[in-house]
Amino acid sequence: MHTTTLPRALRPRQAERGTGWLAGAALIALAVLAPLAALGWWALHADLAHWAHLAANVLPYALSNTVTLLLGVGIVVTLLGTGAAWLVTAYDFPSRRVLTWALLLPLAVPTYIIAFAYLDLLHPIGPVQTALRAVLGYDSPRQFRLPDLRSIYGAIFVLGFVLYPYVYLSTRVMFMTQAASLLEAARTLGAGRAGVFLRVALPLARPAIAVGVSLALLETLNDIGASEFLGVQTLTVSVYTTWITRSDLAGAAQIALAMLALVVGLILLERHGRKRQRYANTQRMRPMQAQRLRGPAAVLAAALGWIPVLLGFVAPALYLLAETAKRLHLVGGVSDQLLAGLGNTLVLAACATVATVLCGLVVAWAGRTLRESARINPGRACARLASLGYAVPGTVLAIGLLTPFTLIDHALADLFDLNRLVLMGSMAALVCAYTLRFLAISAGGIESGLARIPPSLEQASRLLGETAGGTLRRVHLPLLRPALAASALLVFVDAMKELPATLLLRPMNFDTLATWLYAEAARGTYEEGAVAALAIVAAGLLPVILLARTHLKIGH
Amino acid sequence: MADLLELDRILLGYDTPQGFKAVVRDLALSLPAGHIGCLLGSSGCGKTTVLRAIAGFEPVRAGHIALDGTIISSPEVQVAPERRRVGMMFQDYALFPHLTAGQNVAFGLRRLARAERAARVAEMLDLVGLRVAADSYPHELSGGQQQRVALARALAPSPDLLLLDEPFSNLDVDTREHLAFEVRDILKATGHTAILVTHNQAEAFAIADRIGVMAGGHLAQWDTPYNLRHHPADEAVRDFVRREELAEQREQAYARGA
Repeated sequence: MHTTTLPRALRPRQAERGTGWLAGAALIALAVLAPLAALGWWALHADLAHWAHLAANVLPYALSNTVTLLLGVGIVVTLLGTGAAWLVTAYDFPSRRVLTWALLLPLAVPTYIIAFAYLDLLHPIGPVQTALRAVLGYDSPRQFRLPDLRSIYGAIFVLGFVLYPYVYLSTRVMFMTQAASLLEAARTLGAGRAGVFLRVALPLARPAIAVGVSLALLETLNDIGASEFLGVQTLTVSVYTTWITRSDLAGAAQIALAMLALVVGLILLERHGRKRQRYANTQRMRPMQAQRLRGPAAVLAAALGWIPVLLGFVAPALYLLAETAKRLHLVGGVSDQLLAGLGNTLVLAACATVATVLCGLVVAWAGRTLRESARINPGRACARLASLGYAVPGTVLAIGLLTPFTLIDHALADLFDLNRLVLMGSMAALVCAYTLRFLAISAGGIESGLARIPPSLEQASRLLGETAGGTLRRVHLPLLRPALAASALLVFVDAMKELPATLLLRPMNFDTLATWLYAEAARGTYEEGAVAALAIVAAGLLPVILLARTHLKIGH
Repeated sequence: MADLLELDRILLGYDTPQGFKAVVRDLALSLPAGHIGCLLGSSGCGKTTVLRAIAGFEPVRAGHIALDGTIISSPEVQVAPERRRVGMMFQDYALFPHLTAGQNVAFGLRRLARAERAARVAEMLDLVGLRVAADSYPHELSGGQQQRVALARALAPSPDLLLLDEPFSNLDVDTREHLAFEVRDILKATGHTAILVTHNQAEAFAIADRIGVMAGGHLAQWDTPYNLRHHPADEAVRDFVRREELAEQREQAYARGA
C-alpha cells in the first residue's frame, strides 16, 4: 500500500452549485406555512376562557365523530380500492376492460353531491324506499323504513363509495408494474392466488395503499358538504360554523389547530410506511397473466366489481340526470349565470392545475435522494411541509390565507399606487389557495413516479456531464409523463369540485359551479342545484376519461 | 508514468442518529494513466462505496481524492459529478429506457455539433460492435448488448477515468468471460484508465493490472495480480484468493456439465 501527497498549491475544481431547486421548494413550503402561522397567531390571541369552553363543549364530541368517520372511511376505501384493483388485475371476466376504467368514475362525484343525491334517493318517500315497500307489500313509511342516512354510518357509506378510487388508482398501478416474476416466484414456492395476494402483492402494494388511503382520509377531513347535509358534527363543520355563524375567527383557528394534530399524525404514518420500502427496479416490467374465470365465478367477479361503480357513480348520476331532465322540461333552458359559472370553473381549474403541477415538480425534485446514504434531507423536509396544505380543510386554509393575502394586497397597492386588490379582487387568490391545497396530489404523484426511476439513471446522466436541471428535463420528465398526467388530472378534478375555500376567497359576483350549487341548495331550490351538480359531474368526467386512458396504457 | 487517480487515506460513511458510521476507513491507492485497477471483495466490504465516492455521489469525510493532480473530493471540496470527467458503467447498466441505444450513447455529447455527434455515436457503437442496434430501445436488447451500449455511452465523452460497478454480474458465465476480455481490449485500445469493482476473482484477474482486496472497509492489499497470488500480504488475502479460486473452479465444472 502506498500513498502520495499532493502539492498544496493545487486548486480544487469548481464546487457544486445548484441549490436553486431547494430554494424553490423552501419558498413553496413557506407559502404553505404562512396561513398556518396566521392561524396560530389568531389562536394564541384568544383568551383562555375561550379554550376552556371549546375543550369542554365542542372538541370531545366533534373529535370522536371525526375519528369514527376516518376509521370507517379508511376501512371502506381500503377494502373497495385494493379489492377492486386486485380483481381487475388478477382475474379476467366479462366486462373487465370496461370495469377497469369505470371504477374511476366516482372521482367525478364530489362528496357533497353524492350526499345530496342519496338524501333524496333514500328519503322515506323517495324512489328507493317507495319501490322497496311496493315489493314487500307495505303501504306507508310507518310500517317499513330503512335506517336514516343522516348518521355517521350514512356518512361513512357515502364518502367511502366516492373516495375509494384514490386507493384503486395507486394500488392498481403498483399491481400492474410489479415485476410479474415476483408473483410467479411466489406461485412456484407453493402459494395459491390468494396466498400471492396476501403474502406478496399486498405487502408490495402497501406504500401505494398508504398513499391512496391518506389522500382519501384527508379528503374526508376536508369534506364539509356531506357531513353538513348528513348532520354529522365533525371538526371541519365545527370550524365552519364557529366562523360563519359566530364570526369567531380565534375559536375557528383553535379547533383548526386541534385538527392539524390529527392530520400530522396521518401524514407521519403514511410517510413512515412509504419510507420503509424502496422501489428501484430496472427489470423489464411485465404485467402478470390474469386468470380467466368462467361460469358462476365470472358472474360473481363481475357483480362484485360493478357494485362500487353502481353505488358511487351510476345511481347518483342517473338521479341527477332525471332531476335535470325534469327541470329542463319545466323551464326549457339553462340560465346564463350557470354557463358563466361553468366557464369560470374551467379556467380556474386549468390555471390551478398548471401552477400545482409546476410547484409539485419543484418540491418532488428537490426532495429526491441522489445519495442513498443521506440521512438528513432538507428537500424532503420541504416536501413534507408543502404537502400539509392538502390536509388543511379548505375553510381553514381560506381563513388562514385572509391575513397574508390582505398584507400582500396592501403592500402591492402601496408599491404600485393601485386602488384595487390584486389578489383578493381576482382569481389569483383562488389559484394560490388551490395550489397550496392540492400540492400534495401533484408532489406525491411525482414523488412516487420518481421513486420508480432507479437512482442510477440520474447518476449516469450526471456523470455524462448533465446538470441536475438538465437531467430532470432530458431523463426524468419523459419518464414521468404518466405520473404528471395522472397528477394533473387529479388536481383538475379536485379544483373543479372545491367548495369551502372558493366560498370564502372568490371575488364579488364570481360564481363557480360549486358555489352556484351551494347557493341553490342554501335557498332550497333543489331542482336547479341538480343541474349545477350534473354539470360538475359531467365536466369532471372528461378528466376521468383521460385519466382512464393513461391509466389503462400501463401494462398494455 | 504519473498517477492519474489518487485516493489518500479516505474515510467514507454516513450519519445516523447514533452518530457517524464508517463504511470505508483509511483507504489509499493510486493508479497510473492507462491502467485498469480492480477492487475485489465480498458484498458489503465497501468497494461500491469507494466507487461512488470517486464518482462524486458520496462525500469524503477525511483524506482526499485527486484526479489528474486536482482534488475532486475532500471534506472541503466536492466537485459535482457532471464536472469530474468520470464515466461510469452501472451494475444495472442504467440505460435510459425512453431513448434508443444511439440516443443513449449521444446523451453525454451535447456540446458537439450534430454531425460530429452522429459520427462519434457511430464510432462508439462500432467499437462495441453494435452499429446495427443503434435504433433499438434498451428493452429490445439482450443483457450482453445492453452492457456494450452502457460501455459505449460511458466512453463516448472520453472521460479521464472510467468506473465499472460489477459490470458482468448480470450475465451468464460464458458471456461474462468473453465480455471481460473484450472490455479489456477496448479499454487498452482506447488508452482509458479504469477502476472495476467486483466480487468475482476470475474477472479481476482477467481484466486488471492492479488488484485491491477489500474486507470490512479496509484495503488489505493493492498490488499486481502476480504479487497478490504469490505474495499475499496476510492470511485474509491468501484465504480470500484461494476460496475464490475454488469457487470458480467448481462453477466452471458445473458449467461444463460435470
